Amino acid sequence: MKTLVWVEHDGQAVKDATLSAVTAASQLGEVHLLVVGQGVDGVAAEAAKIAGVGKVHVADDAAFAHALAENVAPLIVELMATHDAFVAPSTTHGKNIAPRVAALLDVMQISDILSVESEDTFTRPIYAGNAIATVQSSDAKKVITVRGTAFAKAATEGGSGAIEAVASTGGDKGLSTFAGAEIAKNERPELTSAKIIVSGGRALASSDQFHALIDPLADKLGAGVGASRAAVDAGYAPNDYQVGQTGKIVAPEVYVAIGISGAIQHLAGMKDSKVIVAINKDEDAPIFQVADIGLVGDLFKIVPELTEKL
Amino acid sequence: MKVLVPVKRVLDYNVKPRVKADGTGVDLANVKMSMNPFDEIAVEEAIRLKDKGVTEIVVVSIGEQKSQETLRTALAMGADRAILVVSETKVEPLGVAKILAKIVEEEKPDMVILGKQAIDDDNNQTGQMLAGLLNWGQGTFASKVEIADGSVNVTREVDGGAETDTLKLPAIITTDLRLNEPRYASLPNIMKAKSKPMAQKTPADFGVDVTPRLTTLKVVEPAKRSAGIKVADVDALVGKLKEMGVAK
Ligand SMILES: Cc1cc2nc3c(=O)[nH]c(=O)nc-3n(C[C@H](O)[C@H](O)[C@H](O)COP(=O)(O)OP(=O)(O)OC[C@H]3O[C@@H](n4cnc5c(N)ncnc54)[C@H](O)[C@@H]3O)c2cc1C
Ligand SMILES: Nc1ncnc2c1ncn2[C@@H]1O[C@H](COP(=O)(O)O)[C@@H](O)[C@H]1O
Repeated sequence: MKTLVWVEHDGQAVKDATLSAVTAASQLGEVHLLVVGQGVDGVAAEAAKIAGVGKVHVADDAAFAHALAENVAPLIVELMATHDAFVAPSTTHGKNIAPRVAALLDVMQISDILSVESEDTFTRPIYAGNAIATVQSSDAKKVITVRGTAFAKAATEGGSGAIEAVASTGGDKGLSTFAGAEIAKNERPELTSAKIIVSGGRALASSDQFHALIDPLADKLGAGVGASRAAVDAGYAPNDYQVGQTGKIVAPEVYVAIGISGAIQHLAGMKDSKVIVAINKDEDAPIFQVADIGLVGDLFKIVPELTEKL
Repeated sequence: MKVLVPVKRVLDYNVKPRVKADGTGVDLANVKMSMNPFDEIAVEEAIRLKDKGVTEIVVVSIGEQKSQETLRTALAMGADRAILVVSETKVEPLGVAKILAKIVEEEKPDMVILGKQAIDDDNNQTGQMLAGLLNWGQGTFASKVEIADGSVNVTREVDGGAETDTLKLPAIITTDLRLNEPRYASLPNIMKAKSKPMAQKTPADFGVDVTPRLTTLKVVEPAKRSAGIKVADVDALVGKLKEMGVAK
């Protein structure tokens, strides 16, 4: 099988989620990459070095500057004439683009795969990860999104893919325009690749307390910071901190849940972490059913003491 | 302005899903079913847009007869009429999108607002597929929707923050959790909803082949995590963290 992997990047560098998608794609056969954007020579050069990559198709056009699905999907559909599978990481951009491609190819997408069982058979989570389905696709071409935490990252060195410009980009379809973005500047490790994550829940009770308690502990541990939906909704933490079914799916070495009850939608995002530590004043909180190490007590006492003693 | 809102009947989000012992799926016998939470948000958003130029809200569900209940809930919230496309077998997002595309041809809405994802199969596809089939713009994972002249501004939740796109109308929107807080239907409105129109169709009426493309070979429970230990105090926790090499 010849697979086309959509490369997620920020205009400067390849994003980590791409590397897991490459690993999944390599289990299907030959891996080609697609770098779409504006002024992406640097990204293409970096992508070509990813281990195991064949060709790198590059589509450089102002219409692609913001990865708008309306403009990118038709381009992918054209390239799919010579590929057997399209693979994208399950990031917000990947999830935005891939189903549009699938519909245009008349293919049922296989979302968020956890494993490749064979060329046409995959496992994927359903019901917020409370069940794992093995599904077989009868479509001639496959369209797949890949859960990053389920696949190792491909090596960023060692490859020597041939870079090739796409002949015609198709340009702007005139359906949508990018009006702006507010991307939070975050000095901390990105959640989806952090080795340690410290997450806070509703119990933190205010934005000030969230930052006063969670941030110093995360600093001590060199950790990324996450949050429950309740904490995000209440404005204690920004949107992109949210871990769970509808937020980020994370699987760090250590996940520290502080004042988080452990609703199934939250567990869906973090229960594959290697070690889960929970701090909660309610000894019956569901989070303790998945925690490797639990400490029952008041977080307002425990967290400062913990930060100090580390 | 007309808005179409597709709503799906799913296992209630408070119910813990149980995998059937024979590995064929999740047990849905005698469990509480509700409207997909993201679809409630979609219905709510359509209703809120009624002050801003929306004149009619049509809700659609594709599924078993019991999906009538889900449609009645949407009508009780404030939708005007409903279309049930009956299929006792599961219709995949691609089939759903094709049926919705046909309904769009007939109804000519200015916007279709869907949930971003149905919490049973967690596919997160239907809205994007429909947008592709119709060649419309798509504002997925919306946290804010503002209708302008001939267009709609959609603020979307993306990795790392938020992005705003302007879409030419007609357009597709899919909802994220923070778009709004859905209302509860009041008793009088639940009564009123009983007399609102509900049309019944089948996929065949639209000439859509809904044969599944994916076969589920088996469904299993994920590896269980067992509860670990509880430590007595912070010193014990620090000790454990050091043991694991997390702290020095
Ligand atoms: C469709 C859908 C999708 C969702 N997606 C997500 C998602 O992606 N991520 C997510 O997180 N949620 C999600 N949710 C919400 C989820 O159901 C829960 O409401 C949410 O996770 C609760 O957050 P919480 O644990 O912070 O708050 P709560 O459930 O209120 O828990 C607070 C906890 O803090 C403890 N506590 C209180 N005070 C103290 C103290 N002083 N010291 C120590 N402990 C204390 C309490 O004992 C309690 O266990 C979703 C819901 C729906 C319907
Ligand atoms: N059978 C269905 N009937 C009506 N709407 C549906 C159906 N399936 C999916 N949808 C809509 O599409 C959205 C995304 O679903 P999915 O792509 O299955 O995750 C849902 O939130 C609904 O708005």
